[in-house]
Parts: sequence; C-alpha cells; structure tokens
Amino acid sequence: MKRYSLLLGATALALAPAAAMADRGSSGHLNIIYWQAPSTLNPYLSGGTKEVESASLILESLARFDDTGTMVPWLAESIPTVENGGVSEDLTSITWTIGEGITWSDGTALTSADFVFTWEYCTHPEGGCAQASYFDGVTSVEAVDDRTVRVNFGAPTPFPYTSFVGSESPVIQAAQFADCLGARAPECTEANFGPIGTGPFVVDEFRPNDVIEMSANPNFRFPDRPYFGTVTFKGGGDATAAARSVCETGEFDYAWNLQIDPTILADMEAQGNCTVVTAFGTSVERLHLNQTNPDAALGDIRSTAEAGPHPFLTNPVIGQAMSMAIDRALLVEIGYGAGGQPTCNVLPAPDLYASTANDACLTQDIAGANALLDEAGIVDTDGDGIREYEGTPLSVLYQTSTNAVRQDTQALVKEWWSQIGIDTELRNIDASVFFGGDPASPDTFQKFYADIEMYTNNFAGVDPQAYMANWACDEWPGPNTQWQGSNIQRFCSEEYDALIVEMAGTADLERRGEIARMQNDMLVQSYSIIPLIHRGGVSAHASSIEGIRMSDWDSELWNIMDWRRAE
Amino acid sequence: MLTYTIRRLILAIPTLLFISFIIFLIVKLSPSDPTAGLPLTIPPEVREQIRESLGVNDPVLVQYFKWLKLMVWDEPLHLVEDWTGWQIAPDGPRIISYQTRSPVMDLIVQRMPQTLWVVGTSYIVGILIALPLGIISAYRQYSVFDQVGTFISMVGFSVPTFFTGVLFIVIFAVHLGWFPSVYDTTHEVTDWDSFVVQVKQIIMPVMVLGLYNASQISRYMRASMLDNLNQDYVRTARAKGLGERVVVLVHVLRNSMIPVITVIALNIPAVFGGAIITEQVFKVNGIGQLLIIAIQGGDVPVVQTVSVIFAVLIVLFNLIADVLYGVLDPRIRYD
Repeated sequence: MKRYSLLLGATALALAPAAAMADRGSSGHLNIIYWQAPSTLNPYLSGGTKEVESASLILESLARFDDTGTMVPWLAESIPTVENGGVSEDLTSITWTIGEGITWSDGTALTSADFVFTWEYCTHPEGGCAQASYFDGVTSVEAVDDRTVRVNFGAPTPFPYTSFVGSESPVIQAAQFADCLGARAPECTEANFGPIGTGPFVVDEFRPNDVIEMSANPNFRFPDRPYFGTVTFKGGGDATAAARSVCETGEFDYAWNLQIDPTILADMEAQGNCTVVTAFGTSVERLHLNQTNPDAALGDIRSTAEAGPHPFLTNPVIGQAMSMAIDRALLVEIGYGAGGQPTCNVLPAPDLYASTANDACLTQDIAGANALLDEAGIVDTDGDGIREYEGTPLSVLYQTSTNAVRQDTQALVKEWWSQIGIDTELRNIDASVFFGGDPASPDTFQKFYADIEMYTNNFAGVDPQAYMANWACDEWPGPNTQWQGSNIQRFCSEEYDALIVEMAGTADLERRGEIARMQNDMLVQSYSIIPLIHRGGVSAHASSIEGIRMSDWDSELWNIMDWRRAE
Repeated sequence: MLTYTIRRLILAIPTLLFISFIIFLIVKLSPSDPTAGLPLTIPPEVREQIRESLGVNDPVLVQYFKWLKLMVWDEPLHLVEDWTGWQIAPDGPRIISYQTRSPVMDLIVQRMPQTLWVVGTSYIVGILIALPLGIISAYRQYSVFDQVGTFISMVGFSVPTFFTGVLFIVIFAVHLGWFPSVYDTTHEVTDWDSFVVQVKQIIMPVMVLGLYNASQISRYMRASMLDNLNQDYVRTARAKGLGERVVVLVHVLRNSMIPVITVIALNIPAVFGGAIITEQVFKVNGIGQLLIIAIQGGDVPVVQTVSVIFAVLIVLFNLIADVLYGVLDPRIRYD
C-alpha cells in the first residue's frame, strides 16, 4: 500500500484542482458497456475476459499490473522480493503481508484464511476451475498469521507472482463460498452472481448475460473512493453499437473491445464526444508455418511427427521470403487502426523482453524476397508462375478463423505471395470450431491440417517463461495427447529446449530478459512463425471521464476507483 | 370437440419427445465446445477439467435422459414453487447452464417479461395496424390506398429487421436523439415519468417488429377479405338494402377473420420465442438473445431447454388454432 499511496499521491498532485473536491460517490453514475455480456461474477468458474473484468470491480488480488506492466501492491502491503526477504532464497516460497485494516464489503476482516480457502476452491479436483493454471506448481498455501500468507512451490519458481496476482486470481471470501467446493460450485448461484469482495464496488443486482448494477462499497479501504457512486455494467449487442452508444448517442461512458473498422471508429471519435484509448499487452497476430507434412494423402498421420517434415516450409529461406513480402503497416491501416502496430517479434512486450534483432521485416521488400528465392535456386521451372522447391510447387493452404479483418488480411497476403511466385489457397473456419479444440474435428487450429494458419495468441501477466515454453519439442499436438499441445507449428530445437530449462532456473531479471529475447529470435529466425501485428485492446470513453489508465496486463478497469467525471 | 382435444394432447407427447431428442442430437453432435470462447491463455488441461465438471464428456444418451427427467419433473415443480411458495421442489440437481452455472429455468423466467413486453406489444401493434390496412386495401382494391399499402407491406416484409433496426437507431437515436439506442432492462415503471421513459425505450423495437408483423398479417387480411367480398351472400346482403358499413364490417369481416385468426394464433409462439435479431440490435435481453448467446457459447442445456419450450408452445398453439377454427366456423367439427 505504501508504494501505491505514493503513486496516488503523485497522481493527486498532478490533478489537484479537479481532485480537491472529490469524495466517494461525488461523480455520480457510470455506465459501462461490454458488447459481450458477463455470464457470472465468479472468475474461477468462467475464464472469459468479460467475466474476469466485470468481477475485477468487486474482487481484488494481492497485487496488480498497472498500465506499464509494473506490479503494484494492492491488497498486499508491498511486493515481496528476494531482497526484502519476501521470497525465499531457494525460490520455493513467497510470503505476502495483507494490508492493515482491509475488510470485505460486509465489514468482516480479510484474513489469510480467505487466501488459503481460495487456493482450495480453485484446486479442488472436481471444481473445473478456469484459473487453475495460476496455482500450477503450488504445493500449499498457508496462513502464517492473520495477515500473512505463504505460497509454497514444489520447485524453485523464479517468477512467483502468479497466485493472487492480477485480475484472474482474486481472493474470494471463505465464509461465503465455504459450501461451494468442487462439484457443488454451480449450486451456489447466489454467491457466484453476487460475490462479496474487497473492491470499490458491491453488486446490487446481477442478471446473467445482461446487466450488473453496482454501488460504491461502503467499507472500501480508501474513504474518498470510488468517485463514482453507482455503476451500470451493461452487456450485449455488437462492437459497433457499443462504440455508437459512447461516441454518438452518449448513453454510455465506457465501451470495451472496439475491434471495428478503424475508419468508422475514427469518424466517431472525430465528433468529439469520446476518446479512444488503447493498451498493448502481448497479443500478436501471427502466421504459423507447419513444419510437418499436412498432405491429406497421409490420412490420420498428417501434421504429426510420423508424417515427416513439410516438403518446403522447413526451409527458412522460403519463410523469410514470405515474411518480407508482407506489408505489415498496410495490414494495420486496413484492419486494426489504433489497435495494432506492425511487429517482427512473437514476444513484443514488456520492454525488457522485446528483441530488436528482427526489425527489418517492418518494411515490405518484394524485390528482395524474389531475389532471395532466386539465389537459393527456388525458381519457377515449368513456367506456370509458381516456384518449385525440389520439384514441389510452392502452393500453400492458408487457414484462419472467420472474421472480417482476418479475411481482408488473407486476401492481401495472398496477393503479395503471388508476386513472389507462391500460390495460396484461402480457407476460413468458424471461430468456435477453429478454437474449439474438439479432438474429433479436423478443423481445429491444433490439428493444423493446412500449411499455414493465422490467429492471435498472448499470455496473461508479464512473465514470459511459461509462454516461451510453449515451443518445447514435447509440446507438439498429436493423437497421443488428444491433439492438446501448444507448439502449434511443430517447431523443435534442442538449443531452444535448453533455453527453456535455463529460464526455469534463473531468477535474475536481466538474464531472464536476455534468455527470452534469444528464444524470441530463435523462433522468429527459424521462420516457422511469422509475427504480423502487435494487437492492443481498443476501448472508448466519454470525454468527460478522467483518470482512465488502460492496462492490457490486468483488467482494463483495474483502477476504476480513480475514475471520475470532470466538472 | 373435447375428445378431439384430448386425443390431440396425448398424441403431442410422443411428438414432443421426438422433437426434444432430435434437437438434443443436433445441438450435441454439432461441433461446439463450451470452452471455445475462453482466452487461449487458459491451457488445454484446464479446459478438459472444465468440460469434465460440466458433464460434457458423459455419453450422449445419459446426458439426454438426465436432462429429460429434470425437464419433465423437477423443473416444473421448481416453477410451481417459485409462483406459489409451496415447498414441493426436490432438492436434487437442476438443469444448469454451462455459461452461467445457474439453473436454466431461472434465466428463462428472468428474461420472459422483457420478451413478452417488447415482442408482445409489437405483435398487438402489428395486428392493430394490419387489420384496418387489410380491410381498406381489399374494399378499395387497386386504389391509391391499396397500392401504397401493398408497397409498404412489401417493403416491411422484405427488408430485414437488422437493417430497419439499425436504420431506426441512426435516425431516431443518433441524429434526432429522441429515443435511447440501448434498452434498459432494469428500468421499473413506478410513476408517469418512468412510464414515459419506458415508452421511449420500447417504441423503436416495437415499431421495427410491429411493421414486420403488420405487413404479414395485412396481406392475409386483404386476401381473405377479397375472397369474401365477391361471394353471393354479400350480394344478397346488399340487395336486402343493408348499408355498406354493415355489409363490410359485420358480414364480410366476420367471415374473413376466420383464417386470419388462425394465422395470428399460429404465430403467437414466436412472441415467446422472442426476436433474436431485434433483441440483439436494441439489447433487449430477452429469450431470443439468451438463445443466440447460448448457441454461440456452446451452452447445450440452455439451447436444448429453450428450443423444447418453443416446440411445446408451437404444438400447443397449433392445437388452439385448430380448436378456435371449429369455434368460429360451426360448419367445421372434428368429432
């Protein structure tokens, strides 16, 4: 809290004239619209962004990430580190101290028992907890005393800030959820729809998939906040309508996730009623180049190790030419607007981990790509305009999910690739099937029955260790794992695996950054993956709202207690 | 008549069982996954655990019979308990939505009022517009009124509501600023002012749907009136010296209403079904919107339950329409 108070102090000074009179509830009513409506307020029962972010107004965690990705103590007094003794020397435990005098909205004290209970709740084998990965590697959570919680790990964990950090693993009240463990979780509808929290707001009414009415928490630890007295959190409709209700009709004050045609959004903003805000986290729209053979003639073994390597995409020269032919800036202009930036890295942020070694890809170079292929002897031998590699024509099947922006991107990329003698067949698959993970469906992104596929992935929080471990050799999806596995393009390198192991044992932040950058460069330079766009969240708020610091590292509503309406 | 009604009701049971099973199979066998909408940051093992806890992996027949037992026995008892306060509902499991993890019936009960208000009002408005329009159009066939009426109903019938809805919003909410573009489902009517607010927010969705309904019904009304206007009994009535008003509004209208009432009755289940697109456009969170969100989210129990309730209503109103037909036209008897 100390650091947070300091931070707030600075903010308050900067905004002194406006904030001088501010009091709890002094800004009146706030209308938020999420065009996907929250289904529950228990983030442990649904991992969706809409549920996690709506619940973040009520439930809180020990520490959060601000708009720069920096961790700020929230319910905790300070961030434990090895230096201050909060993290044990052998990196197997982290000890948090809960801030003094923090109570639940019902007035009872927040104690370490609540944290122990939250851990039990989420790790119960029958519960189907959506945030279970936040407790991966945790062997126990113990209550040292009323205000001290210790999280013990089974192995040295250089980045222990997972459990109870960020909006996805908040603390829930033991008293309220005591009878809701495991299979009984869905029976507690009342608790799931109206969790008691420590946050700035309390739930007055929750209508699933519709609307939430909230009011300021009378027992909130900052006596002057939140500045808004009541909040309506409406869900439903579509992104364009949500943007319209903030920027044109002014019925709402904040609209989330406005992935709409950038020119429409820019026109709306030009009317002057709203401000478009963006936050960039780690989301990258990328192409995966299948390193195994997806030939349909191979039947069930296609796109697995047994199918053997891909006839030509394993040659990095071809991938490099494909990457050079793409005009990323134009893709941003057409499809993403403020919500995208061209990138050449699969790990674009935080700054510590962002490599600069690949930035050449930012400029399109079709002539260079052609020259590169010619030099490598990959030329068109039979005069049909398509190059051949060892007798195989460079024809690719390029698939992605059904989505207007993605289909525009596909069409442009196909055109550019045709200019370097690569023939492209396009395909799009309904998102619920493509991302559905049904092992019986041939169309999932894990099965990858295509040469190239495109989608966005990212990781939660700020530490890339687990994310970069996605590309380990043993993470290939395949029939033996029901097609589960995160190494979608079937990349494999011993050197890379060694870096994963080294990362898992390194606590020094500088060295971790170095390893992550090396991993990123190895992946990108293998040209089994072609990063395209660094995607950010795009939201809009009424011009009269102040204090919004949108973060992509946490719930974008993380600092809602500081939001206020300008006089 | 009574025997006929009872026979039809009994016959409806196997029909409904068959419908419910087919719906269940369609929903179940279509490629959908309740965890598909979750962020990719949630790992596959966790997804598998979620599916396991939802019971998605049980054999299909087991899932169907579990659902059926709850649907025909437990859930009606819960409904009765909600309405009357009698403690009769069993304690056991209920039909639980995958998305909200709450009982599906509660969701339906919560959303029904919105749908009934908006879609029901629009249906009544539609009928009120359609009947006079159809009567006058038929009586003055090929007049300017008829031509204009025909044109409007053709437009109303052919232009989809997702277009008219957005058009209305752009004109009346964005440019003129008369009405809100988002329906406030928590609004309660307590006095005159709040009633005005309610009228303002309901008027656009009601008119969009009302125009669509009116175009449909007015065509039936006009056709049916035209059939009757040329009948011998009309000539007889006029020959007896009855006034035009009596001839048209008493003799012709009464006879023309028979098929129209059937059409109106047959369409009533659609009122309960909500209007998926209009509800989505105006954010009226009714049954239609519940259904579409459930379909998108792979929420089988909700899709299944809502569809089967529709099926029940359709079968029921078919029966009502048939019986009404007999009541209105004594020449028709089913016994």
